[in-house]
Amino acid sequence: MTEAAVKEEKKITDEGLEVGVQNLTAERIQKVINRVLKGESGARLKAYVDTCVHCGLCSEACHYYLSHDKDPQYSPVGKVKQTLWKMLKARGNVSADFIKRASEIASTECNACKRCAMYCPFGIDIAYMMLTVRRICHLLGVTPLYIQDTAHSHAVTMNQMWIKDDEWIDTLQWQEEEAQAEIPTLRIPLEREGADIMYSVIGPEPKFQAQLLYQAAVIMDVAGVDWTMPATPGWDNSDMAMYTGDNEIMGRVKRAHFETAARLRVNRIVMGECGHAFRSVYDMGNRWLGWRMPPIPIVHAIDFYYELIQNKKITITEKFKEPVTLHDPCNVIRGGGLAEKARYVVNAICEELIEMHPNREHNYCCCAGGGVINCGPPYKMTRMDGNRIKAEQLFAAKSRGAKILIAPCHNCHSGLEDINHHYGLGYEIKFISDILYEVMDKPA
Amino acid sequence: MHSIYNFVSGPLAWLAFILFIGGCLYRLISLMVLVHRKEKFIYSYMSLKYSLRSIFRWSTPFATENMRRHPALTIVAFAFHICLILTPLFLLAHVTLIEESWNLSWWTLPEGLAEIMTLIVVAACVFFLVRRLVNPEVRYVTSVSDYILLAIVAAPFITGFLVYYQWFGYQTLLILHILSGEVMLVAIPFTRLSHMLFAPLTRAYMGSEFGGVRHARDW
Repeated sequence: MTEAAVKEEKKITDEGLEVGVQNLTAERIQKVINRVLKGESGARLKAYVDTCVHCGLCSEACHYYLSHDKDPQYSPVGKVKQTLWKMLKARGNVSADFIKRASEIASTECNACKRCAMYCPFGIDIAYMMLTVRRICHLLGVTPLYIQDTAHSHAVTMNQMWIKDDEWIDTLQWQEEEAQAEIPTLRIPLEREGADIMYSVIGPEPKFQAQLLYQAAVIMDVAGVDWTMPATPGWDNSDMAMYTGDNEIMGRVKRAHFETAARLRVNRIVMGECGHAFRSVYDMGNRWLGWRMPPIPIVHAIDFYYELIQNKKITITEKFKEPVTLHDPCNVIRGGGLAEKARYVVNAICEELIEMHPNREHNYCCCAGGGVINCGPPYKMTRMDGNRIKAEQLFAAKSRGAKILIAPCHNCHSGLEDINHHYGLGYEIKFISDILYEVMDKPA
Repeated sequence: MHSIYNFVSGPLAWLAFILFIGGCLYRLISLMVLVHRKEKFIYSYMSLKYSLRSIFRWSTPFATENMRRHPALTIVAFAFHICLILTPLFLLAHVTLIEESWNLSWWTLPEGLAEIMTLIVVAACVFFLVRRLVNPEVRYVTSVSDYILLAIVAAPFITGFLVYYQWFGYQTLLILHILSGEVMLVAIPFTRLSHMLFAPLTRAYMGSEFGGVRHARDW
């Protein structure tokens, strides 16, 4: 006898939310909601809410909606209805359980990828509304545990991964030594004031992806770049506080970053292959600090490789043989316009690029970004079930011959790794720098 | 009957136009004041070039990905909005009324065409209604107010059509027609019909963000 297969309703337990809601009172909820919706927000929120004609045309933009067989609860406007509309209609008079569910929706069922902004006929920024909900939940102390821990790390250490000041320097020197086995004269110049470029990375690189520091050092060295890295806090460009709605910590972290670059008197900040960090320094963090555009020019890795290859600072020995496909990360493509430069770089280092469809600004999200993967293990299946459409898209590219998946963003990279395993797609996933390092001319 | 007619076509019409124009100005000005008070930075991102790029792109049928995905809706939505705005402005009967009162007149639509355009508006309203009832993603976010808005928009065109043919109860229908037109005018600034005012602004802002900061297309 076998039991009938019953699709079990998965109940996610998140301590951050469970404990958080216990501390709520009706007055506090109402006070915080009104503080954010009436006090902090302004014309944008008002215009967005008043202008929306409930047409549902944003639905097909969302990978959650598409992956859940077009369940309207997952459409962008559907998520606004379940959160912000109710808060506005009830004038903040909502229950603790409502806040818990709102936090879950805004933090784990939306990647703030802004694809829907391109589908709304009025250009309503629904991701902005979801981030506003996260802000409310943050002020109420109802944020998923894992990402809240990351935000705490930012607050305490100015980096994402609780890395201590000496561990950071130690890691750089370790990678310098490793790379010297390959290029004996190679240095990772620390604290060199007046260098042209400050190179910045996200916390996870020194924590568990130190080979990326190695590769970057080799690329910089071979290209003869005048660069430096800081030996003080402020080296980390990542920012999960931005995604929890903790704008104050976001501001502190970004200020430390920009001030470090200013102290080193560099002309530009070049950053590694990360998307959310780009959003933080180029879009959200700088604005919070009152800078219309970043106070020191920010160059994303894709842009930087483009520059190095175009100026022939880096030449290619032999192009990468296996056919690749390219994932366009939301924050640097839709958020930074690097679609064509990414293709230039990939075509310069790879023999064959097989495009996935849709691509460029219209690419499907990885479902990890926007802080969702940082909400940790409780939500892994939220990401897997919520992005079947990505698996289908990747499978189609694979069936046309792609073997390697290039994802020039950390969150995308980790998220796609999960999708790859969960759906058994059999891709090998690489950063651009993995391939660039492999195929570039290096001193013998 | 006559006195009701005089009332709705006289003082009430004045009131409706005052509320419509005043309401629109009030909504726009109060939004600007809000921007000025709390989100002044918005001005610094506004770009005429990218605002117009975005507005033009989204005013061209099938010029965006989402319009191509929904061909029927795209055709209906464009036809609806064009007819909705042009028909009342260039209807012979309306222009004649203005001419009688103020000796002002302008070009008018041929009557047969105006009739077709009226029917297009009504048919489009039916299309939107069915879409709201049938499409799960639309139904999920639909509230009673959405149906009321649809009725407010359809009413002047349905009654106008019936008045034109003078089928039954001409006097009553005419009064209903004027009344429903007035209701619609007043509803524009104070309901979600205000997208007539705000959509160009949200479009312009998103266009400016995508063009000027994100260097990406917003279609």
